[in-house]
Amino acid sequence: MDRREIAIRVVSPALFVIVLFLVWEAVCKALDVPLTILPAPSDVFGALWQYRKPIWDNSFVTLWTTLAGFAIATVFGLLLGIAVGWHRALYAGIYPVLIGFNSIPKVAVVPVLILWFGLGEIPAVLTAFLISFFPIVVNVATGLATTEPELEDVLRALGATKLDIMRKVGIPRSLPYFFGSLKVAITLAFVGAVVSETVGANKGIGKLMLDAQAAFQVPIVFAGLVVLAVLGILLYAATAAVETRFTGWAFRGQSNR
Amino acid sequence: MAYGRGAAAVRAIDEVSLEITHGEFIAVVGPSGCGKSSLMKLISGLHPPASGTLTFEGRPVSGPLQSVGMAFQNSNLLPWRNALDNVLLPLEIVEPYRRDFSKEKYAPKARALLASVGLAGFTEKHPWELSGGMQQRTSICRALIHEPEVLLLDEPFAALDAFTREELWQALRDLQAARKVTVMLVTHDLREAVFLADTVYVMSSRPGRIVRRCPVPFPRPRDLEVTYTQPFQDLVHELRALIGRG
Repeated sequence: MDRREIAIRVVSPALFVIVLFLVWEAVCKALDVPLTILPAPSDVFGALWQYRKPIWDNSFVTLWTTLAGFAIATVFGLLLGIAVGWHRALYAGIYPVLIGFNSIPKVAVVPVLILWFGLGEIPAVLTAFLISFFPIVVNVATGLATTEPELEDVLRALGATKLDIMRKVGIPRSLPYFFGSLKVAITLAFVGAVVSETVGANKGIGKLMLDAQAAFQVPIVFAGLVVLAVLGILLYAATAAVETRFTGWAFRGQSNR
Repeated sequence: MAYGRGAAAVRAIDEVSLEITHGEFIAVVGPSGCGKSSLMKLISGLHPPASGTLTFEGRPVSGPLQSVGMAFQNSNLLPWRNALDNVLLPLEIVEPYRRDFSKEKYAPKARALLASVGLAGFTEKHPWELSGGMQQRTSICRALIHEPEVLLLDEPFAALDAFTREELWQALRDLQAARKVTVMLVTHDLREAVFLADTVYVMSSRPGRIVRRCPVPFPRPRDLEVTYTQPFQDLVHELRALIGRG
């Protein structure tokens, strides 16, 4: 990265965040907004520091439930996506069911999960999984379905089997779609875990925010929101890094390497 | 042989009989839509004929032929593989190479082949880092790596500019001379056909039929200069008249 790159990719987002917090602080101070409505950033970061121990513990729970749900969704989504993309009959059969399932708000499923597995981390893991596998399936299936027939012809002319074509062309060709969907899925998994925690759990950032809200500890609620945003950015960035590592060939236009 | 399904079936090719001797270079020319590409796909076994039969060395062809290498108008290189890995691809599919395939074992062979078409320094480049002509050279190398008996070329140079095209004619000429491979080239370009081929077949359209078998008298190896001589021009002109329309 040269200096110009650093200026654009590091300095400019940092500057933007600082300005955002400064404006927020200024508005709160100028209009004298009550702490229970909108705490100023100084109050929020104060609470973040003061309650760092419980915030850290609960963030850790949210983080691992998110990652566990995301891991299951990745494996399951990839396999189902390949199955759906493999054959048109499977595609036609499974797709409507998938869409129907995806249309159910996952917040409505959480009580059922709690009923089955009790309060704890399992409903959060499962909600994270249920909410995040759909984009992976759709993207992998789309990647397979849009493989150029000419590329397949090259292999078919050599007498390749369907499995050969899948391994040599179909799957590599749909990897950019797969990794692209992971960026969406990781954010969704995170949302799923937090939603599940706010409906019913004994740990997690969602649970912490719910308790703080009940006690009118609004700065802690906002501290939780800040933690969620930061975690979301970190998870997204990690997935995006994995994506460029594995599918650099698909991004040649943007990152002249 | 008919082509397509049901009511949409087009009788694409009618009683085409081509004879290719071992090591011969033939070219098939004809107007757009005369079934040149269909003929190619039938011969390769990519599309089974809806009616009629196709025999190759006396046996009926039912599926893709193992001993055929194909290159198309688009290079169809896999963008996630570099030139070397693209050329190695057929060896991962075709027996007997497949059985004991390893990159270390066959990479020297692929490198040598790429070097023979002037791509020695480009083996580790990805397709988007290669020019159109280089991509097409790589594609032809890929079609040859498994040492097929017949090389089928479906308008391989149609998307290239005139100078690059002439360069690739010479590359193909040298490659064929060195490896003694049998080549069937389908093309729109009459100069290309006459420059490269031993025999030119002219097809008519709908249904596609061979209207003329025309041996090319110029001795080989031919220099590009031959394309500017009067006998060459006359032959091209004669073929042009057979194709008609203006």
